[in-house]
Amino acid sequence: MSESILSLSGVSANIDQYHILHGVDLEVPAGELTVLLGRNGAGKSTTLRTIMGLTTVTGGSVRFRGDDITGQPTPRIARKGIAFVPENMGIFSLLTVRENMILAAVSGPMDEQRLNWILDLFPPLKKFWNRPAGNLSGGQKQMLAIARAVIEPRELLLVDEPTKGLAPAIINDLADAFEQLKQQRVSILLVEQNFNFSRRLGQSVAVMNDGGVVYSGQMAELADNEELQHDLLGLGLGAHQ
Amino acid sequence: MSAHDELIEPRPRGALGRFRAFREERPHLFLLVLMMLVAFFMMDPRTWVVLTISGLAMGAMVFLMASGMTLTFGLMNVLNLAHGAFISLGAFAGATVLVHWLNVQAGEASVWANLAAVLPALGFALVVAGLIGLLFERLVIKPVYGDHLKQILVTVGGSIILMELIQVVWGPNEIPVPRPETLTGAFLVPESLPVIGGVALEKYRLVAVILGLAVYGLMTWVIERTRTGVLIRAGVEDREMVEVHGYRIRLLFLGVFVAGSALAGLGGAMWAMYREIITAHMGDELMISVIVVIILGGLGSIKGCFYGAVLVGLINLYVGYLEPRLAAVATVGLMVGVLMWRPQGLIPVIKV
Repeated sequence: MSESILSLSGVSANIDQYHILHGVDLEVPAGELTVLLGRNGAGKSTTLRTIMGLTTVTGGSVRFRGDDITGQPTPRIARKGIAFVPENMGIFSLLTVRENMILAAVSGPMDEQRLNWILDLFPPLKKFWNRPAGNLSGGQKQMLAIARAVIEPRELLLVDEPTKGLAPAIINDLADAFEQLKQQRVSILLVEQNFNFSRRLGQSVAVMNDGGVVYSGQMAELADNEELQHDLLGLGLGAHQ
Repeated sequence: MSAHDELIEPRPRGALGRFRAFREERPHLFLLVLMMLVAFFMMDPRTWVVLTISGLAMGAMVFLMASGMTLTFGLMNVLNLAHGAFISLGAFAGATVLVHWLNVQAGEASVWANLAAVLPALGFALVVAGLIGLLFERLVIKPVYGDHLKQILVTVGGSIILMELIQVVWGPNEIPVPRPETLTGAFLVPESLPVIGGVALEKYRLVAVILGLAVYGLMTWVIERTRTGVLIRAGVEDREMVEVHGYRIRLLFLGVFVAGSALAGLGGAMWAMYREIITAHMGDELMISVIVVIILGGLGSIKGCFYGAVLVGLINLYVGYLEPRLAAVATVGLMVGVLMWRPQGLIPVIKV
């Protein structure tokens, strides 16, 4: 396993008065795609939000490329090169697709070449370039959310359940996009419930349960070990696509 | 457009269909045209022209005052009831410069000399209100972000303090504001023109309309065309995602608050020259119109605010002419009517 770009050690976090994370330990290897699996309510989304500084951290530390970023303001964390695609995608529906992209290109005008690469990856964005993003379909919104995250080169992408509620054909398109990002050696931490999608993309994997990480290792190991899957992820994984 | 799209959104057919579509899609224009038409048939055309220009002038000034508040409310979700104090502050700051310059010039009536008095007065009002706005945000608003009840209490308190401070600096009495020579009097429409020939239009009101339109144009440009505008609109919709992209929304808030206060000051200074008399509490009286305008227009919407202000200005003047006792009722009546028709205001900015 290569060196970690992000490491959480003993992180506890609250949302309002509720204790959601109890000592999360997680390593995200640089240049790899790591999948974070677990049941609903296990704390996966909260872990991503905590990395972005969107929850109240009550213990432990989050380190990004060696720097302690625990409890830092969200904009500062973002400027270090971490992009976050939340579960609801966080599209600005009143802004046009173009304006969403302008906003995402924090350091100035968009890089022409990179933009063309993104538009080739997600052709619908080109088609609806000057339309309000609120008019896009669910899959197109997800494309825009990911496009925003990669319009500038980032060190780390945090993506929360990109396949949720999408048709299989679009899930395939997204998988292709992630494959390309993997080839560019972008570090990605992906929260997923869709095990087939995860198995296809993931290099390393961590499984959460009840606010903590209960397993972490190589995806290949987990994918080959049905008993382990059964223990960690519950029954009927075959049907749980 | 594919056949599928056609099924979802059938184009309106026939005159009635097109009328309904216009009413639903452009409620601001619909209401404006309706109000002007109704008034037109209730009075002499020449009176109508004068009242319409005056109404637009009043609308332009109310727009300046209200635009800042609609942004602070829409973007920052801050209810700033001290906004009226900034209107008063601008009025006094502007009047001070104006009195000083006109004394220096002593009766000089050239257009340039007069403009040289008005522009610094407006500029000074803008700067003073903006600077006090900066302090006010840091000291009063910052501790109460996210809590409407506290905002109401603390900004009402802040408003009282600001207005008392105005009385400490400028004294407790009403102050007469001289209007520069060039801007007094009226502009006569040439007799040769049909219907409206010979109508006298007050110069100052025309200036107010032009300035109001210029500010509206500038604000629309900033909001629609610049990166800052993209950020402001994004912030109105989802503050957290703006931060996730690496922008410090607090700085954006502060900038918008300062701009809003400065615009209130500019509106106050213009109102001072319009009314030619100012009191420390003039802002409180204007706040009723301001609040009506931002609710009417749809919270957070600059365009809605502009049309709301014009509608309020027009109904004030029309009703004030037809039945003076009802003028104050008409403003609030307009708001009630619009809210019954469209509870979210004329041009709402979506806020969940």
